[in-house]
Amino acid sequence: MSSTQKVKVAFNGTAEQEKALRSMIREHKGQAGSLMPILQKAQEIYGYLPIEVQSIISEETGIPMEKVYGVSTFYAQFSLYPKGKYRISVCLGTACYVKGSGDVFNKLKEMLGIEEGQCTPDGKFSLDACRCIGACGLAPVMTVNDDVYGKLTNDQLKGILDKYAD
Amino acid sequence: MDRKVLICGGTGCTSSGSMKIADKLEEVIKSKGIADHVKVVRTGCFGLCALGPIMIVYPEGTFYSMMSEDHIEKIVEEHLVNDRIVEEYVYEETKTPDGIIAYNQTNFYKKQHRVALRNCGVIDPENIDDYISKDGYKALEKVVTEMTPEDVIKVISDSGLRGRGGGGFPTGRKWQMARTIVPVADQKYVCCNADEGDPGAFMDRSVLEGDPHAIIEAMAIAGYAIGATKGFVYVRAEYPIAVHRLQVAIEQARERGFLRKKLFGSDFEFDLDVRLGAGAFVCGEETALITSIEGNRGEPKPRPPFPAEKGIFGKPTVNNNVETYANVPQIILKGAEWFASMGTEKSKGTKVFALGGKIHNTGLVEIPMGTTLREIVFEIGGGIPNGKKFKAAQTGGPSGGCIPSEHLDVPIDYDNLIAIGSMMGSGGLIVMDEDNCMVDVAKFFMEFTVDESCGKCTPCRIGTKRLHEMLTKITKGEATMEDLDKMEKLCYYVKNNSLCGLGQTAPNPILSTLRYFKDEYIAHIKDKKCPAGVCKDLLSYKIVADKCKGCTKCARNCPVNAITGKVKEAHVIDQAKCIKCGACMSNCNFGAIVKE
Repeated sequence: MSSTQKVKVAFNGTAEQEKALRSMIREHKGQAGSLMPILQKAQEIYGYLPIEVQSIISEETGIPMEKVYGVSTFYAQFSLYPKGKYRISVCLGTACYVKGSGDVFNKLKEMLGIEEGQCTPDGKFSLDACRCIGACGLAPVMTVNDDVYGKLTNDQLKGILDKYAD
Repeated sequence: MDRKVLICGGTGCTSSGSMKIADKLEEVIKSKGIADHVKVVRTGCFGLCALGPIMIVYPEGTFYSMMSEDHIEKIVEEHLVNDRIVEEYVYEETKTPDGIIAYNQTNFYKKQHRVALRNCGVIDPENIDDYISKDGYKALEKVVTEMTPEDVIKVISDSGLRGRGGGGFPTGRKWQMARTIVPVADQKYVCCNADEGDPGAFMDRSVLEGDPHAIIEAMAIAGYAIGATKGFVYVRAEYPIAVHRLQVAIEQARERGFLRKKLFGSDFEFDLDVRLGAGAFVCGEETALITSIEGNRGEPKPRPPFPAEKGIFGKPTVNNNVETYANVPQIILKGAEWFASMGTEKSKGTKVFALGGKIHNTGLVEIPMGTTLREIVFEIGGGIPNGKKFKAAQTGGPSGGCIPSEHLDVPIDYDNLIAIGSMMGSGGLIVMDEDNCMVDVAKFFMEFTVDESCGKCTPCRIGTKRLHEMLTKITKGEATMEDLDKMEKLCYYVKNNSLCGLGQTAPNPILSTLRYFKDEYIAHIKDKKCPAGVCKDLLSYKIVADKCKGCTKCARNCPVNAITGKVKEAHVIDQAKCIKCGACMSNCNFGAIVKE
């Protein structure tokens, strides 16, 4: 799923995060095929994979930068941009789609004033589409961070967003 | 223990709070002083996800559906303490004139035959002793201590087991190839494809969540058969519960000596690693999956060489899907004849389907091959909600096709599905009713493929994009009949020239809807109408003057002020302004607004 976001956000990683990143990389270094697990853990540490983090990975592992960038941009789960404090993800898998999740997704875009892959200017909500989280029995489904909301209708959306007012 | 209470801990039920209900249940049981008599088990998926959270009380097999924390107090007091079933909370279908029946007597369960799912919803997946008590790891013991690798391959071949990931390749032959193509290798690998990317299919997730040890055991058996000492499970990162349970199970198996070195006192060694996917549908294709495990962009490679010859890190590799593995221990224990006695001539055993879309009983079902679609949709699945008419069932996800009502009685197996223009796929079965537009559905799948095409080969990268544009043109009413012909030709071009399975099957949703629902395409093109009323550009909302009371509600709710009219007089929609949002229709109390 492509990201249309072009907003440049300044990188503000901390020294602690960098320390954690470097020691994590050293644990994996040398294992065959370790780039994906390293990128996954790096994204856990920073929340996303800015170019600064990718270059540390390249430097520590000796894997060329273009390969690190190539892998980071291939997979939908890796994000080169920061996500919102609350990450909204609407399932557009088949079971949800035939039950109207496309309408839910459009309504959220309208309510938040952002497009797919973007984050609200206050950094609070980001909106993504995902392909099936496997809760097809509850279709249509969306998630806000780890909370799952099923059997959705457009009328419920305001109430759900209001829960994340802080 | 007099009683056992099973609570579903699959993704569906967990999403609606089943783990909190389990905690509350244990707390109340304790407070009533019956903790010594009742055991609470958090299991994998029961299958009937539509009615979650689900709880089953044994020995009666009472099925409580749509549970909430508020029901717990009463169920414990009445049922667990006083042996009186709380009728108001049980699943509607279990209520009969002769009293409450056990869950496995209901329509949803009684036609099912559970092999791959046998332990799902039965055992605690995080407790290895539960698995062992169901003959767990006995198949591995039998293989390692009594059988030669050739014996194992023969049993699997004779059983007729075919790959459950969609391709249907005979599993025994695959193992044989991995064993013999490269006779001497310093390393071979066993791989499990748990990158269940077909949207709407969730059987692999449920097996991993409900019975992770079965996969570990089967992979070790495969390792013994082909001569591999190491395995990888490649699982979607979108399945956190499955990943967690698999990791717990691997640790437990290592502690008990079912993994790592000297298994069952022999010289055989085997160990497993879990690798997480990162959201790329193409990685379900085996060469792309292997490239991804190696730490690269998950792009496919041409075959040959097949993975059996050159797989992970260039070594011989056998790669099977989760559901395929889930059958293996049972085949070893019960024998090839037992397995081959189920199913049809060329498709043996059972198949798990994920029922979704416009159907009452959404969830997971496992049925013998050869069951008809009618039995699945109308008997097990409970039919279509809201009295709507069945239009088609979609199987095989973005690679598959639609099955129309005229083929409801075809016995489902690999070959029959291909003959009617669809495919088994991994087992997603999405039911559509008269409100679904088949052109829109084809467009939905094509959008998916455009997104997920890895871009390596041109026919898929550009072809799917062009197909999507053509479909968009049709749904907007701007296409000609000539475009339709061009689109069909391009479909065959993409099918014949793409590098991997993704591109080769991508046009299937268009081809199968063209085959059975060509009239819908023609309606979009010639009449500029969408018969199902889905494609917005071809719709118009109108107010039926006779029914309109002039209450002004629609005009007040219209976001673009397209509706005008005086109070107590019929209103009119200005078609030039209307954005077709449907707000007027959902707000009208008199049914005076129609869409056509």
